[in-house]
Amino acid sequence: MLKTFKKGGIHPPENKFSAHNGIRKLPLPGSVAILLSQHLGAPAKVIVNKGDEVKTGQLIATGEGFVSSNVHASVSGKIAKIDDVTDISGYRKQAVFIDVAGDEWIETIKRDNTLEKDIQLTGEEIIKKINEAGIVGLGGATFPTHVKLTVPRGKKAECLIINGVECEPYLTSDHSLMLEKGEEIIVGIQLLKKALNVPLAHIGIENNKPDAIVLMEKLAAEYKGIKVHALKVKYPQGGEKQLIKAITGREVPSGGLPVDVGVVAFNVGTVFAVYEAVQKNKPLFERVVTITGKTLSQPANFRVRIGTPISAVINAAGGIPGDTGKIVSGGPMMGKALSDPEVPVMKGTSGVLLFASGESARRNMLPCIRCAKCVSVCPMGLEPYLLMPLAQKNSFDRLEAEHVMDCIECGSCSYTCPADRPLLDFIRLGKSKVGRIIRTRKKQ
Amino acid sequence: MSNLLTVSPSPHIASEQSVSKMMYGVIISLVPAFLITLYVFGLGALVVTVISILSCVLAEMVIQQFILKTRISIGDGSAMVTGLLLAFNLPSNLPWWMVALGALFAIGIGKMTYGGLGNNPFNPALVGRVFLLISFPVQMTSWPLPVASRLQYVDAATGATPLGFLKEAVRGGVTVPEAMNQLPDHMQLFMGQMGGSLGEVSAVALIIGFFWLLYKRIITWHIPVSMIATIFIFTGILWLADPSKNASPVFHILTGGIMLGAIYMATDLVTSPMTKTGMFIYAVGIGLITVIIRVYGAYPEGVSFAILIMNAFVPLINKYIKPRRFGEEVKHG
Repeated sequence: MLKTFKKGGIHPPENKFSAHNGIRKLPLPGSVAILLSQHLGAPAKVIVNKGDEVKTGQLIATGEGFVSSNVHASVSGKIAKIDDVTDISGYRKQAVFIDVAGDEWIETIKRDNTLEKDIQLTGEEIIKKINEAGIVGLGGATFPTHVKLTVPRGKKAECLIINGVECEPYLTSDHSLMLEKGEEIIVGIQLLKKALNVPLAHIGIENNKPDAIVLMEKLAAEYKGIKVHALKVKYPQGGEKQLIKAITGREVPSGGLPVDVGVVAFNVGTVFAVYEAVQKNKPLFERVVTITGKTLSQPANFRVRIGTPISAVINAAGGIPGDTGKIVSGGPMMGKALSDPEVPVMKGTSGVLLFASGESARRNMLPCIRCAKCVSVCPMGLEPYLLMPLAQKNSFDRLEAEHVMDCIECGSCSYTCPADRPLLDFIRLGKSKVGRIIRTRKKQ
Repeated sequence: MSNLLTVSPSPHIASEQSVSKMMYGVIISLVPAFLITLYVFGLGALVVTVISILSCVLAEMVIQQFILKTRISIGDGSAMVTGLLLAFNLPSNLPWWMVALGALFAIGIGKMTYGGLGNNPFNPALVGRVFLLISFPVQMTSWPLPVASRLQYVDAATGATPLGFLKEAVRGGVTVPEAMNQLPDHMQLFMGQMGGSLGEVSAVALIIGFFWLLYKRIITWHIPVSMIATIFIFTGILWLADPSKNASPVFHILTGGIMLGAIYMATDLVTSPMTKTGMFIYAVGIGLITVIIRVYGAYPEGVSFAILIMNAFVPLINKYIKPRRFGEEVKHG
């Protein structure tokens, strides 16, 4: 029996077209726009000026406060301007625009490809280096990694969980990273174990990636305290709480953090970034992005510099097909639809997904037939059929009593609804309002 | 790029399941039962089914067009399902105008007064059936003989259902084992050779339909299995206590409307609970009430009443029976 989480879940068509296409380097764009807020928490503060010459990897903005993150130049060249740019959510946010000239890296980065296995630093030094490198959760949540590694007083981390699940359909960036940089990821896990002072790490990989499971098992056997788990394919297994449940059987309490059950979890992409930051002195300025879609001519995985316009990624994969109706940053279940393909790639951009116009439109909503499918697929044990009308009627007290804040916004309810009701749209709306009410109440 | 991009919140994909696919799935699952009923009741079954479906669809169309003045939604298949299930709950010799009246009541009062699909608290087909049963008790309880009278419609020769026969026999002082000798054996009951409503007679055809519904993920097993198990256990206890007065549990689940009720009527999506625990409570309630009516009540059969009574409890069940929330109790495993 393969492990999985028990409650709810769905199995949409996987459509992983780019799974075995490898990772290619995307040619440098003419200019990049590096957002100052690519992470959860306060935006970083710019420390460069218009007209400055910067090198690849140079610090251009520093994290403000504890929950924030440094931002580095992803290319070398001249700072064209510091101005607003449309980000993936459609808002205008401040960014540093750099006109690319050559590709001159800062001298401290070790650019060779040799594997650096030896760990010389102490746990504290590792966390400091991760903080300096501006590493955030690359699975999509973009929570600053150094904050996660600083376990709150009174709590104790017992094990590390590495997320190689990639449960979103279409996306293959984590899969291809495991295949190409498996051993680097294993060393990264050793670094994180040292930083957290935990003896054991679990890697969770869904069973639709047998090659990655075999490879990681082989590599892990050479190191102590790393266990690879093959998991049954089920969305949203890559959700932190679901993955912890699947591997350890423990449930993160409502409103709690994984460390409450002794677990700290990281995505494989984050682990690779940790390896590069600590062993190669390389700040986080590039990542693997999947570019895919049924109509796209060459689905691929690219190593992309942060700040590259998404249109450049699409063009490298054969260009935007004529009948494209929707461009999504991220996966089809949780990704954000873009209003403009010129939006820059951010640290959390795991993929770009194109839908033909036929697939992009929503179907008309019908009355709820109370089939209870939304209740049975909800991985958090909520009742979407009930939450939607409560949100429509602004019944915030009842929404809170019905645990709306536990919703992880995985979209399983909307996906499964035979009446095509936009359940998650309204739940999200209710959740954001209830969240604001709770914060206000805490302040009083 | 010439055309504009769609910007909508996630998720960006949806399952292939739809309301109409589910409704037509129910209709397809009823094909085996319909074929058997054509064999057993012949002409009458065909006429009643056609009249019932046409009346339900027409009633919904007329009400939406002229009274509610809304979009006509007969295409979703739900009125057809109601019509088909209503017909399956009627005797095959019922005059056509009674069938039409029952269909009008089922759709008009049972469904549209509450706001149409998804809003009705009671199963519309059963509302129609119970309306007819109370209004026309004689016609609703005269059952054409199986197979023998399949070329007649309203003039078909009639006899008692096995349950009705048994009830009368026990009242008349005959013991159950004696009465059983005059009834079809279990195999005949299983295949559908008995008197009764036109869709309820063949357990085997209904079970085939059940597996189709499970395969197509239209219903889950919880309600039918818990309901049949409850009836089996309850009647089993009674049978073990006094086999001369009570029929065996196998006889109970193979006769009357248990199979049709458990698989098709109690599982009506709109009028059944939303959580698995709620479904269990609801199904056990239906089972208990059914047996109480059958054994102690005036009617030989009580599935329809039991389902309607438990329908009334569904909002209460949904209010108090909640799914187990993730992270509700912290477990260290």
